Amino acid sequence: MTLVRAAPIATVAVLVLPVAAGLAGTLLPAFDYLPAIGGHTLGLDAWRRLIDYPGFGSSLRLTLTVGLVTPLVALALAVCVAAWACERRAWKRFTMAVTPLLATPHSAMAIGLAFLLAPSGWIARAVSPWLTGWEVPPDVGTVNDPHGVALAIGLLVKEVPYLVLMIAGAQEQVRVRESLAMARTLGYDRVTAWVKVILPQIYPQIRLPVLAVLVFSLSVVDVALILGPGNPPPLAVLAVRWFADVDIAFYFPGAAAAVLVALIAAFAVAAWRALEGGVARFGERWIARGGRTGMTPGAAAAASMAAGLLALGVAALAGMALWSVATQWRFPHAWPDGIGLAGWARRVGELAAPTLTTLGVGVAATLVALALVVGCLEGEVRNRGRGALPPGLLYLPLLVPQIAFLFGAQVLLVRTGIDGTFGAVILAHLVFVLPYLYLSLADPWRALDPRFARAAAALGAGPVRVLWRIKLPLLRRPVLIACAVGFAVSVGQYLATLFAGNGRVATLTTEAVTLASGADRRVIGAYATAQAILPWLAFAAAVLVPSRRRGDA
Amino acid sequence: MSDGGPLELVDITIGLPGRVLVDCLCVTVAAGECVTVMGPSGCGKSSLLAYVAGTLEAAFAARGTVRIAGRDVTGLPPERRRAGILFQDDLLFPHLSVAGNLAFALPPSVRDRAERQRRVEAVLAELGLAGYGPRSPGTLSGGQRARVALMRTLLAQPQALLLDEPFNKLDAALRDDVRRFVFAHAAQRRLPVLLVTHDAADALAAGGRVVELGGGPSPGDATSRPEISQGH
Repeated sequence: MTLVRAAPIATVAVLVLPVAAGLAGTLLPAFDYLPAIGGHTLGLDAWRRLIDYPGFGSSLRLTLTVGLVTPLVALALAVCVAAWACERRAWKRFTMAVTPLLATPHSAMAIGLAFLLAPSGWIARAVSPWLTGWEVPPDVGTVNDPHGVALAIGLLVKEVPYLVLMIAGAQEQVRVRESLAMARTLGYDRVTAWVKVILPQIYPQIRLPVLAVLVFSLSVVDVALILGPGNPPPLAVLAVRWFADVDIAFYFPGAAAAVLVALIAAFAVAAWRALEGGVARFGERWIARGGRTGMTPGAAAAASMAAGLLALGVAALAGMALWSVATQWRFPHAWPDGIGLAGWARRVGELAAPTLTTLGVGVAATLVALALVVGCLEGEVRNRGRGALPPGLLYLPLLVPQIAFLFGAQVLLVRTGIDGTFGAVILAHLVFVLPYLYLSLADPWRALDPRFARAAAALGAGPVRVLWRIKLPLLRRPVLIACAVGFAVSVGQYLATLFAGNGRVATLTTEAVTLASGADRRVIGAYATAQAILPWLAFAAAVLVPSRRRGDA
Repeated sequence: MSDGGPLELVDITIGLPGRVLVDCLCVTVAAGECVTVMGPSGCGKSSLLAYVAGTLEAAFAARGTVRIAGRDVTGLPPERRRAGILFQDDLLFPHLSVAGNLAFALPPSVRDRAERQRRVEAVLAELGLAGYGPRSPGTLSGGQRARVALMRTLLAQPQALLLDEPFNKLDAALRDDVRRFVFAHAAQRRLPVLLVTHDAADALAAGGRVVELGGGPSPGDATSRPEISQGH
């Protein structure tokens, strides 16, 4: 089958080429070289302009604090949740409850959180005026605060559930029950046993997701636009702002800012790896000391913090949906003054186009990614496990800051004349949909008992027939879930849509982020809700489609 | 080292929904004695050990009293029961070295790092594994791993030893050696030992009383009363 032979090559091309070419395309203008707009000689002018920007120091500090502290806190919370909840029923419930939060696009979640945390937000309304005495929203910076606290919260609400699910997946590869039983009969309490026995075994498997979280926190744009400070913003937002400036001369310092983000990310990843080594050496000695108790209170406290974040996320989504159906909601009323679908009815027209675009791009990117992933996995299984894509390669687009290569990639798209087309946007989404879809489908695909295929082949079925009639039906649910993951990733893409679409392809996400800064909350709420509903529906469909056999997981 | 008390199981009943695995079992294992529980796979003998150790899964319904060295440990979490256990698999932790695995079990009351290291090295020397400390458990042979696993369990100073078919996966040639090694160490520490197995040779080597468990796990067979027979 040609697909099987072509898929790995195409997959590697999709993962590597845009990143490599895009990085080069960002690097050159960062050193003043972009002939198309008059940069003919290499130089450091772009960097000078970046450093001369009045808010540069604050931008840099903000990027570093939010980008480094958030992943550390996210990992600590996720680890504590797992340690505290292991072998409790709460664990299963928690991992189930986080799926809708994870499926929600970052920007929709950020909008919901802004509605919740703002001085005029739901929380303030719930306690006003009876507790606070506020008849008008107070003048305090609870979102867009200069230290990026709201931004960090916005990131944590998504990152903690993500890491928890990664830990849950990694635990499947380790003999958790038996190892914990052994450690506990040796005198270790549950939490300590998990931290000393399970965590070191699973960490290698969650390392790449953790690094992806690190890079994402350092370079996030959409959440920062909604929850982060505007002046000065984090470096990645600064870069986007300059790229979008009408004065194209700002391309140069914009590229320099993007390259700086990439450099910071590279150093952060290297520093994190060094830290891992130190922690591992310290951990070895710590474990050898034989301490068996004492971590439970801390883990329980952290787990309740994580549960609080989860509740914040759920409340944010509820508030966002509530705003979309509110006819009027005056401060400080705790509930809307009226509820109805009139607002939705009025906005059906304007929502229709971006919804269709979002759907079309998402479905197309998901189907292309699915074909490539199935081709890769088929090839791998037929080669008896050889030729598996290295995980580092799959994570490449997630380990390089988007801002650092999407700008350069756009320059290339402009040169080839396909920028601003649907095809370009689908291609840009594919870069991010592909790794997630692959990571979601690879384990179930590899776990499928090869004897089914062999039995079918022995009955005379060719490989194509085996794929269509045996494997895909048997793997129907994992395939559908992987597609839902891919689709959700596509729906959430902000920067990729913005750059590849060159501002001409509007999805629910780009519209919602654009509106978030100023429009009526009822309008923003409708966009954000529509944006969140699409991936939820995809997941619901994947989970609710009946299995072929009863008792299927 | 041991307090020399017995392991007492009083009226232990374990079941799954619709199925009784262990029905009103009463056994007292004296210090230094080994009692073997025999039965086919699925009869609930591993569940019995898990119940004694405190690690039985929530899906099982179980009741009955467990006393170790006179202490009622029935309601205690596994970490406070001081019941050491060995499984079919040695479950040496792959992320720790051989010495790390042993140090893991050494009580934290031994505070001094040099002293901890000395004790671990003494155990390794006793096993004929001097110098193997820094190695990964994966590099050891099956027999070496089984011995390290036993010593790890004993280093935690248990007051009872539970053996869940620990010789099952060993080569026939090794099995006798390892068995002798385990029983010798348990006897030397005067531990009460509860062994579950489906291999009559294990029971023979243990040399103590034998409890037959379950004629078969057929659903609805709610009266798998254990019969106690005299061993060799």
